[in-house]
Amino acid sequence: MPSSTTEAAHAAALTGAAADTVRRKRAYARHYWPFVVPAAVVVVAVIVFPWAFTLWMSMQEWKLGSGRSFVGMANYQRLLTDARFHDSILRTLYFTALAVVVPVVLGVVAALAFNRKFPLRGLARTVFILPMMATPVAVALVWTMMFHPQLGVLNWILSQFGIPPSLWVYDPDTVIPTLVLVEVWHWTPLVMLLVLGGLASLPVDPYEAAKIDGATAWQAFRYITLPLLAPFIMVAVIIRTIDALKAFDTIYVITQGGPGTASETINIFLYLNAFAYYNMGYASAVVVVFFALIIGLALLLLWSRERFKDGVR
Amino acid sequence: MSLITRRQALAGGASLLAAPAIIDAANAQSGFNWRRFAGERIEVSLTANPRSQILIQNQREFEDLTGIRVGSEAIPEQQHRQKFVIEFASGRPSFDVIGISLHVNKRQVGRARWTIDLKPMMADPTLTAPDFDFADFGAGAVAYSTQADGRMDTLPEFTDYFILYYNKEIFARANAAVPQTYDEMYETAKRLTDARAGQFGFVGRGVRNANVVLYTSFLLGTAQRDCVDANMRLLTDTPDAIWAGEMYKKMMRDTAPPGVAGFNWNESQTTFAQGRAAMWLDGVGFAAPLEDPTRSRVAGKVGYAVVPRGPANHNCCLFGTGFGISTASSERKRGAAWLYLQWSTNKTNQLRFLTSGAGAPARESPYRNEEAIRSSRFGRDFFSTLIESGRIAHPGLPEIVPVTEFRDTLGAGLTNTIGGADVATELRRATEAFRPILEQSERAT
Repeated sequence: MPSSTTEAAHAAALTGAAADTVRRKRAYARHYWPFVVPAAVVVVAVIVFPWAFTLWMSMQEWKLGSGRSFVGMANYQRLLTDARFHDSILRTLYFTALAVVVPVVLGVVAALAFNRKFPLRGLARTVFILPMMATPVAVALVWTMMFHPQLGVLNWILSQFGIPPSLWVYDPDTVIPTLVLVEVWHWTPLVMLLVLGGLASLPVDPYEAAKIDGATAWQAFRYITLPLLAPFIMVAVIIRTIDALKAFDTIYVITQGGPGTASETINIFLYLNAFAYYNMGYASAVVVVFFALIIGLALLLLWSRERFKDGVR
Repeated sequence: MSLITRRQALAGGASLLAAPAIIDAANAQSGFNWRRFAGERIEVSLTANPRSQILIQNQREFEDLTGIRVGSEAIPEQQHRQKFVIEFASGRPSFDVIGISLHVNKRQVGRARWTIDLKPMMADPTLTAPDFDFADFGAGAVAYSTQADGRMDTLPEFTDYFILYYNKEIFARANAAVPQTYDEMYETAKRLTDARAGQFGFVGRGVRNANVVLYTSFLLGTAQRDCVDANMRLLTDTPDAIWAGEMYKKMMRDTAPPGVAGFNWNESQTTFAQGRAAMWLDGVGFAAPLEDPTRSRVAGKVGYAVVPRGPANHNCCLFGTGFGISTASSERKRGAAWLYLQWSTNKTNQLRFLTSGAGAPARESPYRNEEAIRSSRFGRDFFSTLIESGRIAHPGLPEIVPVTEFRDTLGAGLTNTIGGADVATELRRATEAFRPILEQSERAT
C-alpha cells in the first residue's frame, strides 16, 4: 500500500510537472508569439499572397483593358498544346545546359591556373573578374554591336585569321551558342572565385602523402583535388543553374527572342505574354509551370549532390 | 567657341523681361484666357524620340503662357507602351497626358475608354484657343485619331510614312534610276548588290514583329491592301498576301546583307548609314541621323522617294502618334491637359518637328512654309516625298487589339522565309495560329 501510495504520489508529481511544463510552454508562446508576427506578415505578403494571387490569376481569362472571367484549368490545357511554349522550354534547357557547363569547366581551369604563383598574378586576377562587375544591359548592348555581321569587330577579328565571317546572333542556328558566349564571358569569373576559395581551403597533408607515394600531378588532381573541391563546384553549378534559368536581360536586349523565335526562352515567352500581349491569365499559368520546372531541377540537383557525396565517401 | 556678346545678352534679357507682357498682350488680343488653370500641375508621359525632346525643351513656353506646371517623362517606346497600359488598367495612372502609338494601341485604348473624347472640349470656345485651327490637321491623321464610334480620343501629333531612302552615290555610279515599281526595285537592288565588296542593294527589317511593317508595305501595293477585311477576318494567306510575302522573301534573301533576319530598324540604319546598302525602306524619322555627318557616312548623299507602286495600288504605310487625356484625371486637370495638347500640337511646334527632321507633322501648314523648307538642312526631295507620301498613306497595320501578337506571329513566319522557308506554308501557319486569337478578341469587343 505504502509503495502504491508513493507511486501514485510520484505519478501525480510527474503529471503535475508535465502539466507545469505545458503551462510554461503556453505562457511562453503567449508572451513571445507577437515577436513572430512581423516576420509572418512579411512572408505572407511577399511570398504566400503573390503565389496565391498568381494561382488565382492563372485560372482567369484576363487581358489588360478587357474584362476578366474564370476559366478553370483552360490556360493550363492551352499550354499543353502550345507548340511555341514547348519550344521555349527546350530552348531554356539547351541554353541552361550550355550556360552552366561551359563557365563551370572554364572557371575551374581558371581557378587552378590562378591558384599557382606567377608574376602579376594579382593584376591578372583583377582583370579576369572585371566582366562580372559590368551591368548586364550595358554588356548586352556592347556585344550587340560587336556581333553585327558586316560592321561588328568580331567578324573583323576572324577575317584577320582568314576565318570566314559568322552571323552570330543573326542566324537561328548560332543564336543560342552565341548568347551563351556572352554568359560565359560574364559569369566564368564568378565560378573561378568560388572554386579559388575552395582551393585556398584545401589541406596540404594529402598532397604530401600522395607525393611520397609517387602520385602524378594528374592523379593528385583526379583523386585529391577534385573530390575535395566537389562541394564548391556543386555550389557553383547550383548558382549558375539558377542564373541561367532566369536569364532574361541579355537575351532580351540582344535578340528579343529572335531571329524568329530561335532564342525565345521561357522568360521571353512569359514576358511577351504578360507585357506585350497583356494576357495576364495565360502568363500566370506559364509562371506556375515554370516554377514547377525550377523546383524539379532543384530537387534533381540536390539528389545528384547527395549521390555525389555518397560516391566520394 | 562662340561667345555671347554684351549686345546679345542685353537683347536676351530684355526679351525675357518683356515676355510676360507679350503673352498678356497676345491673350488680350485673342480674348482667350490661357491662364484659367494657372497654378495647376499636370503630368505628361511621352515616348522617347526627337519630337518629345523638342516638346520638353520648349515646355517653358507653355508654362509661361498658362501658369501651369508640367512634369514630363520620355520613356523608350516599348517600355512606354507597357507602362501606360498597366497604369491605365490599375485605374490610377500617374499621368494626365499620354502619347499613344495609334498603330499599336488605338483600338485597345478606345475599347477601354482610357482617354476622354476631345470633341466637346474642342467645341468649347472658352477652352479652345481661336488660333487652334483644327482644319489644319491632315484628314488622314484626323481619321487615324478617331475611333470607329466617332469619338476622337487623341489629338494627332505625328504621322509616320514609310519612304524609300537611297544612296545617290551608289545609284549614280551604276547609272541606276529610282525604282517606280516593286519589281523594278527588286531588279535595281539585285543589280546594285556586290556581296564581295560588302555592298548590298537593299536593307530592311527582318526581325520578327518589326518586319511586318515592311511586309505590309508590299501588301499595300496589291488589290487587297489590308490584312483584315471589313468583318475583321484575316486575309494573310490569300494570293495577294502570298505575293507580298514572295516580294519580301526575295528582297531579303537576294539583295540584303547576310544576317538580315535579325535586323531591326537600328541595324538597317547602321548598314545604310555606313554606305553598305543602296536602298532602305523605312519610316521618315531617320532622315536626321542619316544627314548627320558625325554619325553617318552618307550624309549629303541620301535621296528620298515615295515607296514604289505595287501591281494594283500605290500606297505607303502610315503610322502615327496621338496625345490623349486620361479619363482618371480631375476636371480641372483635364482642362489644363487640353491646353497642353493645343500648345504641343500648335503650328510652331509642328514646324519644329519638320525642320529638325524629327518626323512628319500631323498639321499641313508646315509643309506650306516655303521659307522654313528653304532654310532646312534637308533637300527639297525630302519635303516633296513627305507631301506625296501624305497623299498615298494608308494604315500599315490592322486596327485590332492584339496587334503585337499579330506582328509576332506573322513576323516569325516572315523571318523563316528569309531562311528559305516556303512563303505560302509560313503564311498559312501564321494565319491559322493567329485566327483564334483575333476571333476571341473581336468577340470580347
